[in-house]
Amino acid sequence: MHSITVTVNGSPEYLTVPPNMTLLRMLREVLALTGTKNGCEAGECGACTVLLDGQPVNSCLTLAVEADGRQVTTVEGLAEDGQLSALQEAFVELNAVQCGFCTPGMLVSAHALLARNPRPTEQEIKEAMLGNLCRCTGYLRIVGAVQAAADAAADAGGAA
Amino acid sequence: MLARPGLPGFEYVKASTPAEVHQLMQQEGVRLMMGGTDLLVQMREGTIRPRVVVDVKHLPGMREVEFDEGQGLTIGAAVTMNQLAQHPAVQTSCPALAQAAHSVASYQVRNRATLGGNLCNASPCADTGPAMVALDAAMVLRGSKGQREVPAERFFLGPGRTALQPDEFLTAIRIPPPPAGAASCYLKLGRSRSGDLALVGVAVVGFPDGTESGYRFRVALGSVAPVPLRVPAAEKVLAYDPPGEESFAAAAGKAMDAAAPISDVRAGAAYQRMMVRVLTLRALRQVWSTLGEGR
Repeated sequence: MHSITVTVNGSPEYLTVPPNMTLLRMLREVLALTGTKNGCEAGECGACTVLLDGQPVNSCLTLAVEADGRQVTTVEGLAEDGQLSALQEAFVELNAVQCGFCTPGMLVSAHALLARNPRPTEQEIKEAMLGNLCRCTGYLRIVGAVQAAADAAADAGGAA
Repeated sequence: MLARPGLPGFEYVKASTPAEVHQLMQQEGVRLMMGGTDLLVQMREGTIRPRVVVDVKHLPGMREVEFDEGQGLTIGAAVTMNQLAQHPAVQTSCPALAQAAHSVASYQVRNRATLGGNLCNASPCADTGPAMVALDAAMVLRGSKGQREVPAERFFLGPGRTALQPDEFLTAIRIPPPPAGAASCYLKLGRSRSGDLALVGVAVVGFPDGTESGYRFRVALGSVAPVPLRVPAAEKVLAYDPPGEESFAAAAGKAMDAAAPISDVRAGAAYQRMMVRVLTLRALRQVWSTLGEGR
């Protein structure tokens, strides 16, 4: 067992985890943060995507013990003060959610994309999110929602 | 509930010195880990069952990229694919490597997957293998009694097999400074535009040289042989015949002849061979056009 300190969505957590526990299982089964989904457990589907020190990673391919001393942000951490982020609002507004299973991973990947590239092209959105699979054929709306959130942020910021 | 059983049990050690790693490697059932993007998948599938997993990515220098005009690039084995793809010195001096790294899997996988892991797994379809061979890279292997360098061409022995001895691990990759005026690229064909494993990968480096043709090219193929394949027959054509459509087509033909792919779930061998010719031709044109900007 390993004792770790990890900051999850801004709150420090002091946990004891077995070596074979993935970050995904730690989030879902120890911290009850079940927004992060368990899809393929092989790094293909992206349903388990979280931010580790601000960078998106597959939490199914990361050991919990590796998160020691680091910051983790899950989909639960994207809303602020109970208010959905502009990106989340855009997903709701444009019906970019069908069954919803891929949505947390989609949101986390898109959040990270907009943080590093606030005005992505359609191709850049598709490239950045190809590690997130949707099986309800919702890609058009998902890409549209990311684009809309980027446009809204640019308008609000007074950019062209 | 979990769709699949979790990872089997193992002991995890975060190594902080090479000596510690060598000591641990004397035991049975030890596997080294960096990004874990291949290792954890193999463990979950049960293809490997290590007793101890030693995390070596925190050893000094493992996650750093250094560039020196005289020495070239020194890339720590645990440098991630995204680090490589975004690194200015890698983009400038070795575009083929930046492009190969960028072509691997998805953005979130590239945040964890490492260059050293990609090379040590020695998958025939690894994207960075052909880039390493074309760029004349050397693998820095650290053994319990010292360190040695092995050229990329001699590092890969077969699918999943490398020149690493039981007491050695890969600490860094050295790439010599590019020859004056050099250009390079990596082109990949997958079943989708991005994110797939390579059906064919082609790395080409070209630079002005004192050959008959005035140029030297290095051509390496991935995914079409048990190991990344350098194509001397193509390079010879390009060293003698003046660069242009005719010599590029002849060289691409030689590359196709050298390829020895096997049919699998992703593509048939005949298709892969034909695509080697197409991608080699495109890569030569692209490198030649970049060389043209400096001519």
